[in-house]
Amino acid sequence: MVHVSATPVLALRGVSKRFGAVQALTDVELEVHAGEVVALVGDNGAGKSTLVKTIAGVHPIDDGVIEWEGKKVAVNKPHDAQDLGIATVYQDLALCDNIDVVGNLFLGRELRRRGVLDEVEMERRSRELLQTLSIRIPSVRIPVASLSGGQRQVVAIARSLLGEPKLVILDEPTAALGVEQTAQVLDLVERLRERGHAVILISHNMADVKAVADKVAVLRLGRNNGVFEVKSTSQEEIISAITGATENAVTRRAARSNAEAQK
Amino acid sequence: MSIDKTKAPVDSPAAAADAVTAIDPRLLVREQGFAGYIGEFKRKMRAGDLGAMPVVVGLIVIVAIFQSLDSAFLSAQYLSTIFVAMVATGMMAVGIIFVLLLGEIDLSIGSVSGVSGAIMAVMTVTHGMNEWLAIATSLVGGAAMGAIHGFFFARIGAPAFAVTLAGLLFWNGFMLQLLGSNGTINIDSDGVVGQLTTYYFSDVAAAYGLAVVAVAGYFLSAYFGAKRREAAGIPSRPLSEIILRTVLLAVAVFGVAIIFNQYKGLPLAVLLFAIVLVGSDFLLRRTAYGRKIFALGGSVEASRRAGINVTAIRVSVFAIAGLFAAVGGLFWASKIAAANQSAGAGDLLMNVIAAAVIGGTSLFGGRGRTWNALLGVLVITSIQYGLALLGIATPIQYMITGGVLLATVCIDSITRKTQKSAGRA
Repeated sequence: MVHVSATPVLALRGVSKRFGAVQALTDVELEVHAGEVVALVGDNGAGKSTLVKTIAGVHPIDDGVIEWEGKKVAVNKPHDAQDLGIATVYQDLALCDNIDVVGNLFLGRELRRRGVLDEVEMERRSRELLQTLSIRIPSVRIPVASLSGGQRQVVAIARSLLGEPKLVILDEPTAALGVEQTAQVLDLVERLRERGHAVILISHNMADVKAVADKVAVLRLGRNNGVFEVKSTSQEEIISAITGATENAVTRRAARSNAEAQK
Repeated sequence: MSIDKTKAPVDSPAAAADAVTAIDPRLLVREQGFAGYIGEFKRKMRAGDLGAMPVVVGLIVIVAIFQSLDSAFLSAQYLSTIFVAMVATGMMAVGIIFVLLLGEIDLSIGSVSGVSGAIMAVMTVTHGMNEWLAIATSLVGGAAMGAIHGFFFARIGAPAFAVTLAGLLFWNGFMLQLLGSNGTINIDSDGVVGQLTTYYFSDVAAAYGLAVVAVAGYFLSAYFGAKRREAAGIPSRPLSEIILRTVLLAVAVFGVAIIFNQYKGLPLAVLLFAIVLVGSDFLLRRTAYGRKIFALGGSVEASRRAGINVTAIRVSVFAIAGLFAAVGGLFWASKIAAANQSAGAGDLLMNVIAAAVIGGTSLFGGRGRTWNALLGVLVITSIQYGLALLGIATPIQYMITGGVLLATVCIDSITRKTQKSAGRA
């Protein structure tokens, strides 16, 4: 385990978010430290994506506080988050199929030399970056269309790292991937941790979560439903927190009948 | 479970070291030497990566057919005429390639080119304005008309097809209004616009000089580019390949220069077209702006997330299409020495789009180069002038051009399918 700093890189304190009549998030707490992978899990509609979007500045929060390295910050638009050092890799890959790997890595922040694209420097840095991340792709000069799903995902993640972010948010990075490709992405997540990035990993896949995460934060119906240390928690406990097995129709009914029996 | 955290050695330096440098065994790498080129060429053909091949073959076939039917076709005079005549359509094709790269279409460029010619003619002939000022006004006007289409497409969100279809009708009406009741304004054939298609650099040094500049420029930029890549430790083109490409370019360029010099010398129109081709190719492939256009043609959402101002790029691209339409309109006016009611009408729009597509620009966006305009317009103009030489009437010309366009679009769709299955779409 790498050194985990005392002050969290990102801390959410009592964050709430409403969409009209829907209370999407209620008093959510979350802490992420440098060199730590926090898995964010929950059923569909639990508020994972909303929470990530509030951090990424897509949806400003209604109540609560976002702390960045111990200081309160306002994240009102995606640019604010980027300036802080938050990089988000969304589920639907944000790559252009017709452009090669180098072009995609530097898309929107091309390096220039006397006003002209500096292809040589971009290619050199791309190779360097992919090499330090141990990413294997056939060539940095082939269009992204010819890469496999896993390779595209690692390119998308590598791209988010070009700005040297402190926090990387991965939204279901392994959702559409095969066994080998999932392994590639999980390897990469571990390397991010080794490099001292804080990582928030959203996943439905318990095996992935158990494999790479240090902590698991469970959301249920827009509220915190426990934060677990992965090492000391069984998969069943996490799943019951996700599904609310401790508080559902079955347990409520049992509790009711218990209460009636006691009368 | 694919990853076991307790066992997997995290970030083993040995794995990191050979990550990219070790070439993926599945990737076919070209062998060294000329055997390697042939092997790669065959593989590319099979993968549907035809590049300029079908067009070059088609052009050779077209030329061979016309030459066998009438030996006047390959005369220096007729070839020079074809080269000058293609510039008006070619300039407009350069503009539409920008729009096609976005995956959009601009149907208004024919009408915009007509308006541009009419503005220039009305200002110089009717109002006696300075000719350079009139030219500048019509070019700015063309860009503004394009920007208006771009605004309705990018900001309001109306489909480009519908917006520019409305533009086609609107600007055609605008041109007829400008020309007024008599319908035709003859321009001074010795003026700046008049000379656009009639001026030839009669000194043989002009054509040869341009050829030398082109070949030397290509060689030096390729050579120093390769040197710089080598210095940075990334793969570079071997010198043998650079020399081979330079020799091929030299054969083509000097061949054309010899043809020009056998007639009246280097045409001004061809020089201007060459400058536009080099400049627009540079803009598209060597600047951040060009990269953004390609990105939008690939994925709008990805571009937006990368922080690209989608609206601004779209509006500017339509403005560029309008600007080049205006340039084409001036060349058209020069060719017929007048601005008349039929300018920008008829098969002009279709020829422009056909030239871009025949040259290899994809209608699906994100794929193409402005050099495609040169090849495509050569094909279209050769067919037109070849048929005219044989005395074949316009109706048949239209049908043949239509057939060629259909064949090209089919080739585009088929290569796209093949490329998809070869993972290179």
